[in-house]
Amino acid sequence: MQTTIKQKMTALAGDQAVAYAAKQSDVDVVAAYPITPQTIIVEKFSEYVANGEVETEFVCVESEHSAMTASLAASATGARAFTATASAGLALMHEMLFVTSGCRAPVVMAVANRALSAPLNIHGDHSDSMAQRDSGWIQMYAENAQEAYDSIIQAFRIAENLDVLLPAMVGLDGFTLSHTLENVETLPDETVKEFVGVRKFPNVLTHNGKTVPFRLDPANPMTMGPIALQNYYFEFKRQQEEAMTHAVNVIQQVNSEYAKISGRSYGNGLIEGYGLEDAEVVAICLGSTAGTMKTVVDDLRQDGVKAGLLRLRTFRPLPVEAIRSALANVKAVAVMDKCLSFGGNGGPVFHEIRHLLYESANHPYIVNYIYGLGGRDTSPRKLRSIYETLQDILQAGHVKTSIQYLGLRG
Amino acid sequence: MTTKEWKFTAKDIAEKPDLFLAGHRACAGCGPATVLRMIMKATRGPTIVTEATGCMEVVSSIYPYTSWAVPWLHTAFETAASNASGIEAALKIMKKKGRISQEHVDVIAFAGDGGTFDIGFQALSGAVERGHDFLFVLYDNEAYMNTGIQRSGGTPHGAATTTSPAGTLIPGKLEYKKPIADIMVAHGMPYVATATPYYWKDLMTKVRKGLEVEGPAFLHVFAPCPRGWRSNPAKSIEYAKLVVETCVFPVWESVNGHCQLSTPSKLVALAPQKKKPVADYLQGQGRFRHMFKPKGKQLLDEIQRITDARWECLLRRCGETPKTA
Repeated sequence: MQTTIKQKMTALAGDQAVAYAAKQSDVDVVAAYPITPQTIIVEKFSEYVANGEVETEFVCVESEHSAMTASLAASATGARAFTATASAGLALMHEMLFVTSGCRAPVVMAVANRALSAPLNIHGDHSDSMAQRDSGWIQMYAENAQEAYDSIIQAFRIAENLDVLLPAMVGLDGFTLSHTLENVETLPDETVKEFVGVRKFPNVLTHNGKTVPFRLDPANPMTMGPIALQNYYFEFKRQQEEAMTHAVNVIQQVNSEYAKISGRSYGNGLIEGYGLEDAEVVAICLGSTAGTMKTVVDDLRQDGVKAGLLRLRTFRPLPVEAIRSALANVKAVAVMDKCLSFGGNGGPVFHEIRHLLYESANHPYIVNYIYGLGGRDTSPRKLRSIYETLQDILQAGHVKTSIQYLGLRG
Repeated sequence: MTTKEWKFTAKDIAEKPDLFLAGHRACAGCGPATVLRMIMKATRGPTIVTEATGCMEVVSSIYPYTSWAVPWLHTAFETAASNASGIEAALKIMKKKGRISQEHVDVIAFAGDGGTFDIGFQALSGAVERGHDFLFVLYDNEAYMNTGIQRSGGTPHGAATTTSPAGTLIPGKLEYKKPIADIMVAHGMPYVATATPYYWKDLMTKVRKGLEVEGPAFLHVFAPCPRGWRSNPAKSIEYAKLVVETCVFPVWESVNGHCQLSTPSKLVALAPQKKKPVADYLQGQGRFRHMFKPKGKQLLDEIQRITDARWECLLRRCGETPKTA
């Protein structure tokens, strides 16, 4: 794709790329608390503040709980708010994640995905954000530092879209992406500023019958975060679900618009296929694993295997139609989960993919691979074995073990 | 930003429209509802209010109704101070960027004793340490009333609650009330005060002072709860007087660490013979009923002793010489 905007190539770790994107996105308030492997984001942003490079109020809060609360309150006041966290920090935010989406505050958050305790582990897996999948947040997972940068910028546009108004989190794999230097192309400041624009507010009807912009403004008093009981609560929740439906379209639009200024797009914004067109055996994964998987697919293709990869870029809202049509002619699918749902008969991504395939005309064979927990390294050889298993299934005509553990000791 | 006067004459107060409106669902004799109405009468200009989960939040915001004529935000139980932090930070930067029209907006955070002494304390301490410009109002009805009268860090020694019942073995709450206002003074914050709704002018003046201060201000307001205290709803305001006259809850203020008694307590200090026994205040409240049985005498005496000791400690802190009656 051609673009006339001159971009700058810089060596950035994922965290630095995220901080840089937030810096360029005209963020009003950043309220954050340090936690590995997210720390570089807040450190970097503090430097921008200390050097006067941003017009941002940086609130160095005393916990992640307050980080999320202050972000939500700033957003409710009309500010563009950004925060970042990981693992235990995200778990501590849990309560407020629901309040933020329920208050329809379009906060954007980077999550440097990391394992949850116990035992304590600082390395990457998806247990932290998967545990928040029902919190009403949009969830996107980046494959590399470049995408982390691009996704943060896009996330503001998606979250603040008046048909959406939902908070959005962008996941980047702890250490694999957060701390690894990559070449990242960055857009000029003005281009990003123009792309994200100034935050707009929908008009809402208040208790006294006035139509006013949806924010805390003494000129137009509004009660936000009220108590709503059996007679109204349900409708609030249904509206959040509707907003998620709208997000499916908005994410695709923003992905295309962003491609026009940057020359970069990620599939249709929801999913990205690699070798999917004629694939018989397909693996589905999120995040940085896709990078390695693509080379595995290339190798398999050279060996004449019709292998493909489906990378789920957006996990919430779950792109049901896009996944269903991408898998329409596939014969065997392996769903990869960097997370366990204890006692739940497989990982969370597996549950959802198998669930959405129920209504497909042709059900492919489907297996689940739990892998990479606590940052366990997953080599190309191991990833290749997934496709080999799928081929075995096709040959045997049945699935022997539907839930498998990749790279598990002993 | 300073405003010229805060006379708060009855006429001034009557002429200022209510910002905490009638029609809320608080109980008869509710101390906190009276306190909130008075406080909202003492605001000085554009104001945003945020509130912790609790009685006042629940009674004032049942969707689709509201008692708030100012912008108001509730998020959770432990978040009054972190809400205020986010609001204040947003106002600051949005003003700088020309995105709000007001010259200045005051931020008031309300929380009950649960949302202040206990679950909200971390956020409060953090917000004060960071120096956000806001007024935190603790309306203290001395237990978790909204969930059904459970003990909190603000429940006084000996009080019966549903989780510290006066039983045959244990006579109500064994622990002592956390000295929350002293703890806030220890944060080195510019303004800390205590008040009760009986001394309404004192209360409203302190609200205004708290708003005028640049940086965080903390106001600890005693707020009787007839439902939770098993007391007569008609006597709530009387208890708000007795609690000061018995020195169980003296009224004072600390400006930049300099502590002084407010007039109602100063009068007791000047005329110690007028200091009433704690029994005058405790009597009639069901939560202290067990103290007025023969077996409760020891507890009652202990409360008198502790109250006297604390009062003398406060007198010394305020530069007053303790006098014996």
